[in-house]
Amino acid sequence: MSGITSFEGDQSTALLRMALSGRRLPRWGVPAAAVVALAAAIGLNAVTGIDGVAGTLVVAILLFVAGQTGWSFSVEGRRHALDRLATTAIYATFALALAPLIGLLATVVVKGSQVLSSSFLTTSMRSVSPRSEGGGLYHALLGTLEQVGIAALIGVPLGILTAIYLVEYAPSGSSRHLARVVSFFVDVMTGVPSVVVGLFVYTAFVLTLGMQRSGFAASIALTILMLPVVVRSTEEMLRIVPRSLREASYALGIPKWRTILKIVMPTAIAGIITGAMLAIARVAGETAPLLLTTFLSQSINPDPFTGPQSALPTFIWDQFSSGTDASVNRAWGGALVLIILVMVLYAVAKIIARFAGVKKL
Amino acid sequence: MSTTLEPTGTPVPSSAARGITGASVRPGDRVFLGLSRGAGLLILLTMASIAIFLVVKAIPALQANTANFLTSTAWFPDQSPAVFGIAALVFGTVMTSIVAMVLAVPVGIGIALFIAHYAPRRLATALGFVTDILAAVPSIIFGMWGLQFLTPHMEGLGEWLNTYLGFIPIFTNTLGLYSKSILIAGVVLAIMILPTISAITREVFVQVPRDHIEAALALGATRWEMVRLSIFPFAKPGMISAAMLGLGRALGETIAVALILSASYDINRHITEPGGNTFAANIALRWNEAGPIGLSALVASGLVLFVITLVVNMGARAVIARRAEFSGAN
Repeated sequence: MSGITSFEGDQSTALLRMALSGRRLPRWGVPAAAVVALAAAIGLNAVTGIDGVAGTLVVAILLFVAGQTGWSFSVEGRRHALDRLATTAIYATFALALAPLIGLLATVVVKGSQVLSSSFLTTSMRSVSPRSEGGGLYHALLGTLEQVGIAALIGVPLGILTAIYLVEYAPSGSSRHLARVVSFFVDVMTGVPSVVVGLFVYTAFVLTLGMQRSGFAASIALTILMLPVVVRSTEEMLRIVPRSLREASYALGIPKWRTILKIVMPTAIAGIITGAMLAIARVAGETAPLLLTTFLSQSINPDPFTGPQSALPTFIWDQFSSGTDASVNRAWGGALVLIILVMVLYAVAKIIARFAGVKKL
Repeated sequence: MSTTLEPTGTPVPSSAARGITGASVRPGDRVFLGLSRGAGLLILLTMASIAIFLVVKAIPALQANTANFLTSTAWFPDQSPAVFGIAALVFGTVMTSIVAMVLAVPVGIGIALFIAHYAPRRLATALGFVTDILAAVPSIIFGMWGLQFLTPHMEGLGEWLNTYLGFIPIFTNTLGLYSKSILIAGVVLAIMILPTISAITREVFVQVPRDHIEAALALGATRWEMVRLSIFPFAKPGMISAAMLGLGRALGETIAVALILSASYDINRHITEPGGNTFAANIALRWNEAGPIGLSALVASGLVLFVITLVVNMGARAVIARRAEFSGAN
């Protein structure tokens, strides 16, 4: 495009360009159409009774789409008109996706920061009634850290081992069919609703094995939810490690398990950690399985194995359901803390991924 | 693959030929293989026991039930003749998911197209990051936001639909109330499954061979024609399975729906009116006040949800497996 426009002065080139590409809208066409549409919508707003900013914007967008498409149709023809319509629609979808994200983050930050204070982070809800101000979420934060921590301690090694089995052992071994079945069910497991996992942990561990409803029961549910994500991301990372690295190690007579531990894993470790962090971030906000496997508590319980233990999601649920002004504010405070926790995990994962990806040979 | 050298167990020349075929295995290898295979088997065991325990624990309620489990719209499992059925749950779950899919599939594909083929490279990376963040927001926060922020803004839309499209039964609103509706729950679900759909379709769009795209453009196709001629045909299986995975997520979403819907237990065809319930939300809301048969009945409804999501997810995997290059692992 720019190569042609630099010869704009040359009469014959311009004519040739016209002949090749047909008549096009001028470059200022699209912004001009947008400005005119907006102006017309504001004008209409003054004359008729279209209500508010949202209504005006909707009318402006409709006018813009209609005007641009019509103009393009008359100048450039049907194909280009359709192309411009599709381009506008695709840009619009992105604005549509951005709007809720910005709205949601803004709501959480604005409402949450009203109650966020050092005492909110360091006190529990013990003997604080739903109606009164004050109280905090220390008990829930502690519960979440313990439950998610235990889940990570079990889930991450299990997931990595499964991925090692699928990538390193299964393709060359005799158990190719088993590996295919495992791989399929890892995929299926990704789609199991979290509430169903909660039901399973309750029926299997609480009803059948006689375990208490406790933080540890929640950890088991979170482990199950985390596992397939860890397996998939680790698998992906292991597959990127070049074959030549493994073969060089084998050629030196190093056994396979040492090759995996000393050559393959260190090469892929950054990606594996990233995947694990994302999995942890994903389960940290899970509410449904916690509601089914733990009892709510208003006071600090550092023991995940006995007694009721709160977590951030159940704290938010409880405070929000109480419905008083003070408790709903506390729920938003909890939401802000939870979102900060998830985002920190997420950001750390992305930073690790950026600075220490698998080195490609 | 068969030419890959396996580590030899013994460096002694006499057994070298045997060693290359992997006949002798060191103890360390045996332990490590055992551990990793055990982890894989544990996953199979978990999936199997989820199915088994749900079935076993659902049986008492199904035996006690005096109504038709599939067609009844009542939920009184703890009464002395237990009466409950999942008809209302099926309706609510299907309707919220349909609303979510209608909104999220076109928008999700649009976002994926925008990131993969319309946006400038640097912007595309940032935008991919933004959709990833949307995926990381916990669902309870979506629920709170949907209830406190989105609901007031959706009432205008509900009124508009009733005024101008009210002749279509689902948009009729006879109550004049527009909050806590299936429509709002569906919109929130749509926002929640958007990242799932757009991430997978984006991955597939990026894999469309450069040649196909450039061939279409070289023949004079506009960008939209290129998308229709080169990208969509190649990416179709990926797009279908992305939509199905999004559907799987919408069907099983619990807390956001439980917060937004008004938890009535009936079939209300007017989706802008308060009402409706879903499998997952019903379980979360009734869990703590359910008696033994009530719990068992909730497990039975959870089993139905499990089977539905299993079928949807397996379908999605089957579609994607036909074109192995989309599996995401490579």
